[in-house]
Amino acid sequence: MHVVIVGNGISGITAARWLRKLNDGTKITVISSESKFFYSRTALMYMYMGHMTLENTQPYEDWFWEKNRIGLLQDHVNSIDFDQKTLSLKAGGNMGYDKLILALGSKSNKFGWPGQDLNKVGGLYHLQDLVQMEKNSKGLKRAVICGGGLIGIEMAEMFHSRHIDVTMLVRESNYWDNILPPEEATMISNHIKSRHIDLRLGVNLGEIVDDGSGNACAVIVKETGERIDCGYVGLTAGVSPNVGWLKDTELNVNRGIVVDEYLQTNIKDVYAIGDCSEHSDPKPGRRPIEAIWYTGRMMGETVAYNISGKQVSYDPGIWFNSAKFIDIEYQVYGDVLARPPENHTSIIWQDTSGEKSVRIVYDKNDHTIVGFNLFGVRYRHEVCEKWLAEKTPVETVLQNLELAHFDPEFYKSYADEVIGTYNKATGKSLKRKKMNGLNKVLQFLRA
Amino acid sequence: MGQVYKSLSIANPDPLGMSAAQKLFSAIGIIGLGLIVLAGFGMNFTTSSVSLSISIILIMTGIIGYAYFTYATEAPGIKNNGIQFSGTMSRGVIGWILGILMTGFYVLLYWYPHLLGKGVGADGANAGVVGLFDPLAMAMKGTPASEWFVYGTLYTVAIVSFGVRFIWKYRHNRYQIIRTLSVMFFQLFLAFLIPELLEGLNAEYSSKWFDKDIKNMWPLDYDLFDQWHINNMSAAGVMGWTFLISSLAMIFVVSPFLTYKYGKRWYCSWVCGCGGLAETAGDPWRHLSDKSVKAWKVERWMIHSVLIFSIVMTIAVVYGYLGNDPDQYYITRTMFTMIIVGLILLVGGIMSYFIYNRGNRSDLKMISLGIFGLIGIILLINYFTGSGNAFFLSNYTFKKWYGLLIGAAFSGVVGVGFYPLMGSRVWCRFGCPMAALLGIQQKFFSRFRITTNGSQCISCGNCSTYCEMGIDVRAYAQKGQDIVRASCVGCGVCAAVCPRGVLKLENGTEDIYEKGLDIRNDHVKLVG
Repeated sequence: MHVVIVGNGISGITAARWLRKLNDGTKITVISSESKFFYSRTALMYMYMGHMTLENTQPYEDWFWEKNRIGLLQDHVNSIDFDQKTLSLKAGGNMGYDKLILALGSKSNKFGWPGQDLNKVGGLYHLQDLVQMEKNSKGLKRAVICGGGLIGIEMAEMFHSRHIDVTMLVRESNYWDNILPPEEATMISNHIKSRHIDLRLGVNLGEIVDDGSGNACAVIVKETGERIDCGYVGLTAGVSPNVGWLKDTELNVNRGIVVDEYLQTNIKDVYAIGDCSEHSDPKPGRRPIEAIWYTGRMMGETVAYNISGKQVSYDPGIWFNSAKFIDIEYQVYGDVLARPPENHTSIIWQDTSGEKSVRIVYDKNDHTIVGFNLFGVRYRHEVCEKWLAEKTPVETVLQNLELAHFDPEFYKSYADEVIGTYNKATGKSLKRKKMNGLNKVLQFLRA
Repeated sequence: MGQVYKSLSIANPDPLGMSAAQKLFSAIGIIGLGLIVLAGFGMNFTTSSVSLSISIILIMTGIIGYAYFTYATEAPGIKNNGIQFSGTMSRGVIGWILGILMTGFYVLLYWYPHLLGKGVGADGANAGVVGLFDPLAMAMKGTPASEWFVYGTLYTVAIVSFGVRFIWKYRHNRYQIIRTLSVMFFQLFLAFLIPELLEGLNAEYSSKWFDKDIKNMWPLDYDLFDQWHINNMSAAGVMGWTFLISSLAMIFVVSPFLTYKYGKRWYCSWVCGCGGLAETAGDPWRHLSDKSVKAWKVERWMIHSVLIFSIVMTIAVVYGYLGNDPDQYYITRTMFTMIIVGLILLVGGIMSYFIYNRGNRSDLKMISLGIFGLIGIILLINYFTGSGNAFFLSNYTFKKWYGLLIGAAFSGVVGVGFYPLMGSRVWCRFGCPMAALLGIQQKFFSRFRITTNGSQCISCGNCSTYCEMGIDVRAYAQKGQDIVRASCVGCGVCAAVCPRGVLKLENGTEDIYEKGLDIRNDHVKLVG
């Protein structure tokens, strides 16, 4: 059996690795036009900032692929003949497959802005985007970034690290406030400003100005008509599945490639995973398209099981995620919504520094825990997950909050402060139980 | 993609220059160092006490000022900006020059101290660099400086000044601040001030020199059991006996206990002088350690070979002098042989038992091989020393070669001289017998491990990149696996640089070994 995987991101590579673990005999080929070897897309920013080299971002050494008989082909798939089960490659020739896994990733959104295809305009998704940024950084005085969200803030930090001035145009009235509750969105907005990034809230990109030779030289703000001169324009208004080239085939493509719970498309022996897939029937609380590192990893593993004849339905489990907003780390476990449903209520503790906060969301009616939103404080994934899975009463969670403390030794856990906030809001007088140390955690997790 | 790699890592086309303040403080530091170099060429502008004070003040001002204008002007947080573009920090021209200069200094120190001015003045007085340090040595202990006093002083200056730099760099991280204060304290007081002042206070024993740095433990301190050292200790009154007993207590009681409770980090990144220098002065080069699996293999063979070499050498040396005069020591040759064979069998037996129970046969094979090899060697020594020799070589020949190859060439020349080329922990990783010994304990009999936070890892690679011991931390973190590695010195930088809060240094009594093997498998829930 020959399994061909198109795309060597985290989804495609995880699929390849698990296929090899589960089947010794399968022939595996991974095709990518982006890079020969798998690297971590999440580390793109650190390459630009000089924290890491490309080699540092590659999780496996170069010998790994040959040793595990995973064929790597750096080429571009032009088209797919699903009837003949062949791929047509840019470098010439065709490649046949028995099973096909599409792990095509995303592309940066462009919403038809005038000037969006000029030189010195780019997103941040591929290695090639980074090369563009690098090439245009020489002598760059100011960059304008259009779009908030997680990639926008990364790009802002990247330019900032090289002492290049940054203006950010953000549609929302507070940074990422379509996802974050108001307190957190305000805190992060303030943090961004405190790092001398020119954050413009509640504005959209009107057009990108051509300097006459095909290069961007300024942007016009839609709402105010203000012209901001700049040498680079970053387009970071989200990403969408990289599926445009498959739209007119018999493959069922909506926004992404539509898959069932076994990650199978409408065509036999063709699967889609990662950013490019759209789940026809997502699990409760999950969106049809989730362009997240760990969901890509989970889908890669799941598809490998399904192809290997062990039917497994895709289950990403309880929602979690993490990010870093310049110097503030962010972790979320469970449901923490910007516009919560009527039965959710929450308490939030914020540090006076404006760089730490803990929000505990619980059900107003049955008082069970619903979610954790953490800024500048690290919580333990397994502990939060167990509390959420078992629908633990919020007061039990609060009293045992130290179990979740995951910051380094000598850091405060802030458990007392969080409990105090709850007591103040509810008039209760809960007390923290002494639950520090790994032994207590392991006992709790096994119980 | 070769092109991409080049443009992204080897040369940033648009590097951040040094600020005016950074240039000023580099110049100040270089002038301070320059005064010492000039003294080396026989130029003293004024009395050497004034020159030395000015020089040390300038060096410290330069380092601390440069650090201030590098980090204190940035917001607190991880700011490894531009490290991979910097020639100084990523094996560029300046990196190579620094490596060669530092290596050269160690060569002079170990083999050509007269070129540093030791005893070349009138009537054997010091001149040059060593002469420059005479007033400080006279003030502290009433004797002229030696090349080792010069080295100790500069070493301490480096740890203290670069320690301040490190604290500034990690000022948002309490673990790093406290840990760095600890290495600064142990170097300044236990390694430098207290021993040197004790020399002065016990001038009557000045001919009976012994190592007064209590934290300098065997086998890192390979002279401890030498005949002259034991003799000097026992001849130096209560102080000598105190140090002898404390040294034994450190090796056999304090160290095993603390390593059990907290891992080898209590020593390697909180107390040890070699570790202290690596963590402070060596920090700019920590990312240069080789993370490949091949390097890991080389590491295990090298460090354990050095451990065995150091044990064999020590046994041979002690055995040699115990026999020369049967009435001089409390312990006889036969007793000593019994004690050593007994200790090896005991330790080896316990280890084999635990490892066997855990089903890890390949480790067991290696360890048994080591144990029986050692016993065989001892028996050979026993046999050959009948004529006063071990392996047809005098027992001190072992010692001489160990001192030359391991003590000088490895720990000094390569260990520190190669900071800018191979990273800051070359010695600790490939050569230190102490690290090897603590590492074995850490791997099998310690509560210490680095835990991974569920499935939060995004495989970015910051942890592996900034691991000075060359551990591929990410390989474990991305599987949700705890990290239990013999070489981990527990510096905590992986946890600090992680952008997603994935790693934590922890101590727990429960199932360290199983937890280290366990892979979090939450991705796929198989039906049936």
